[in-house]
Order: sequence, then structure tokens, then C-alpha cells
Amino acid sequence: MKIRAAIVGIGETEYVRGAGSTPVEMMVEAAHAALADAGLRGRDLDGIIPPPVYTTAEELATTLGVVDLRHAVTVEMGGASPVAAIGHAARAVTEGIASAVLVVVGWNGYTAMRPKPGARRVRVPEFQATVRAFRDFYRPYGAVLPVQVYSWIATRYQRLYGVPPDAPGTVAVAMRKHSRMNPKAVMREKPLTMEDYLASRWVSEPMRLYDCCLETDGACAVIVTSTERARDLAKPPVAVLGAAEGHPYPADDIPARTDMLKIGLHDAGPRALAEAGVQAASADLLGIYDCFTWTVLWQIEALGLCRRGEAKDWVRGGRIELGGEMPINVNGGLLSEAHVWGLNNVVEVVRQLRHEAGARQVAGAELAIVTGYGDLGDGSCAVLARSARV
Amino acid sequence: MNAERMSKRPLPSPDDPLVGEFWEHCNREELRFQRCAECRTWRHLPRFACAECGSQRWTWEISSGRGRLHSWTITHQPLMRDFAEPVPYAVVVIEMEEGVRIVSGVRGLELSRLDLDLPVEVVFETVAEGVRFPFFRPRPD
Repeated sequence: MKIRAAIVGIGETEYVRGAGSTPVEMMVEAAHAALADAGLRGRDLDGIIPPPVYTTAEELATTLGVVDLRHAVTVEMGGASPVAAIGHAARAVTEGIASAVLVVVGWNGYTAMRPKPGARRVRVPEFQATVRAFRDFYRPYGAVLPVQVYSWIATRYQRLYGVPPDAPGTVAVAMRKHSRMNPKAVMREKPLTMEDYLASRWVSEPMRLYDCCLETDGACAVIVTSTERARDLAKPPVAVLGAAEGHPYPADDIPARTDMLKIGLHDAGPRALAEAGVQAASADLLGIYDCFTWTVLWQIEALGLCRRGEAKDWVRGGRIELGGEMPINVNGGLLSEAHVWGLNNVVEVVRQLRHEAGARQVAGAELAIVTGYGDLGDGSCAVLARSARV
Repeated sequence: MNAERMSKRPLPSPDDPLVGEFWEHCNREELRFQRCAECRTWRHLPRFACAECGSQRWTWEISSGRGRLHSWTITHQPLMRDFAEPVPYAVVVIEMEEGVRIVSGVRGLELSRLDLDLPVEVVFETVAEGVRFPFFRPRPD
């Protein structure tokens, strides 16, 4: 069934390193902001897709006054979850399972690991303790973090395609440049040059400090309704034209993949684009899940914007910056605004498609693609359009 | 004495006997992988069924111990409190002759010599009392 759904509300908390509130409090704050943006109240919601681990749809429903919760699901795709959740929400409202679905993410990605004195700290189960491959096969050899296991992909990609250090550096510098125009961005006052990037320390080769996204506290929310319902609400609806997810095989063990360079978005991207009936190159801007600079390069290729191994050149010459042919993450992304599981990149894209982005507005933005990347390379993708296109 | 306390690295803590069996073989200095009893397909990580033919019968067969370096990362920042190997250290992916891939570490190899398809062979090392892990060292091609 063709999707007939729209994003009608967006909400955010502050993005900080050292929050005074817990993940659930932040999610409630972001949800209230999204409801206000849409001109809705809590009891108008009947679907909630919360992030894994931090809360439940039922807890949020009770706090937000969602008295008739009809659609409560959770997506287990790590950072790919929020964009995949938008797809689930869009299908739920298209099929009439729910009329208004909240997709929300919030966490204390900074405070959980680096609490300030007296901070209220919510501990969460460590990823590497719950995933069998990590616990029983990677961790005994000293690999516990995404930066390490994604580097297995990055090393092979780098060697096979001769990726020079300034290619991922171009992504890092562009994201930082964008964040300078964003008052909400955590790194807005910290310029980054290519020289700074190249001089930054290795974390786990081939990834340097500035290849890695930020650790921050914060929450984001979006509300999805049917296209019909969207017409009566407060803000111009942003249509969901296509949405899909993809999981590499096997999804739970990177080394066992026949082609380790194939990520979930290689499947999700073409599916979402086909559903929307557009080519990636027709987009006016992108929201790419930039947990690492390297994963941005792979996702550009997975969307079909260039061939495998060509992203190293494709990103050059200002193409991915505001004013370029294909601006990526004009908010600064996870690398320089904040890490809210990529839902902050979606919020930025919605703002851009509403033409509400002020000084950093992409002129004439009509069509955008957002992606998610998570767990061990799962991918999600949604094609979004300014409502005039619907 | 608790083996974990003696170890300079976290040990596997399998919650099922299948994963445990892989490591039990290692403790006897045998690198064994699962092999489907029906269609003879090798597999790793351990799984309860063959994804090729669906059979839930398998054997644990000895590997030649030879493989090639498929990829790696060199970790420069101490990221784990319970892992005492000094930085920088490499965490590598080895493609075995049987076709399966395994995560491991290297021995007798300068990190600057890491290269795609470098020929390697297994070498066992005691990491805690009664606990032996497979590592890989260079071998002649």
C-alpha cells in the first residue's frame, strides 16, 4: 500500500554535555514540544515508538496522557531505529492502525558515561554486554566499541579503494562548518580545520578523534499522521514518500559477511527511493546518520549518489556544504550538533523542508533523504518532501 | 582461583553450551568450527542450525589453522579497564581456509606490517589458568 503520511510536529530539548534531567524527562520535554508544534495534545496521540532500553511506550503514554494507545512498537536497530520508526509510523497511519504516532528518542549519552558531580545518572545496559558476538567473541580480544568494529569495515574500504585521510576529513570539517551556523549545536564555538583534523589522535585506526561523533545528552521527537489529518494541523506537513530498512547478512556479526562493505542502507536506500519514485540525486539535501565520518562515505555510495569507492572524491569541493549541490546535515549532524540517534538530523530536514531554517536555509528545499545507521551496520531510509509535492 | 581474576582480558561468558563448546576446544589448543552434518557447510559464529540447509545436526571439525588477514583495526586509546594489553594493539579479522572468519589478535607481527590477505596461522596462548585463546602469527605463503 502506498504510504500516505506526513511529519506534522518536531520537538527538541537543549543539546548539552551534562544534563540535569534523565532520558525519560528529556523525551517528555521533546514530545511536548513536538505536540505544541503540531497543535496537538497528548490525548490526540494513539501510537508511540520509543527507543529501545530507555523507556517504554506505556511509560510515555501515561506521562503524556495518551489514553487510547493502539500502536506501541519498538525498533531494535540501534542508531537506525528512529528513521526505521518513522517508516513504521507512516505505515501505521496509512493503514489506519493509528492516527497520530510519536517517534521519540532521548538519552544521556554524555552523562551516563561521564557524570558531573551530583548528576542524576541513569545507567543502561552496555551494548557489548547484550550482543553475543561482542560479549563472547570481540571483547576478549579488546574490541568493545562501534569505533573498533566499524573500523574493520573502514580498513578494508580504505585499502581496497585508496581512501586518503582528507576524505573522511572533508566530512568532519563540513559538519563543523555547519554547526557554526546553529545556535543549538554543541560545537558551534569550536572551529575545525583540515589541519586540526589531520593532527587529531587515533582512537582506533583508521578512525581519528574527529571521525567520531559527539557524546551528548538530549532528546528529539517527531509526530507522524496520515496525509489527510496533516492538512488541518498547525504547520506545513512534510510528506513521507517512501521508507525502508535493511539489515546486512548476518546482521549480528560483521566479520562473517561475505562482503563486509555491504551495509543495511545498500538495501534500504534503493527500496525507499523506489517507493518514493525518485533518484537520490534529485534530493535538495540529505540527513545522513553521521556516527562516524567513514559511515557517511559508505551511505553516500549506498544511496547511489556515486559508485563504490568514489565517495572520497564525491564529497570534495564543497558539494556537501550549505550552498553546494547536496548539503548534508546542515545542523552539524551527530559529529558537531549532537548525537540524538540521528533524529536531530531528521528534525533539521523537516525544518529545512518547511523553510524555517533561517540563516542556514537550503534555498528552495523541496525533497530530502534521511538515513539511519546502527547496531552492526543496519540501515534505514526515508524520503521526505515539502507538502506542496503531495 | 577465579580464572577471570587472573586474566588480563575479559573472558567469554557464554550463556549457552554451544558458544561454550567453541572455547572448550580452544582450551585444548584445538581450533574447531561447526560444520553442518548434512550439507557440510562450515560456520562461525556458532549457531543452532545450518542457514544453508536447515539441519540442526552438526559436528565440530578441526581447522587447518591457516588463513589470511581480511581486515583489522589498531586501537590506540585504552578503551577497556579490564583489558591489559598495551596500546596500540590490533583486533583482526582472519579468513580461514575453511571460509569462516574469526576475530582475533596477532602475535609475532609488527603492526606496520598488517596487510590485506597476509598469510597467517593459529598459535595458542594461555590467557588465564586453563584458558587458552587462539591468536595468529605470520606464515610463509
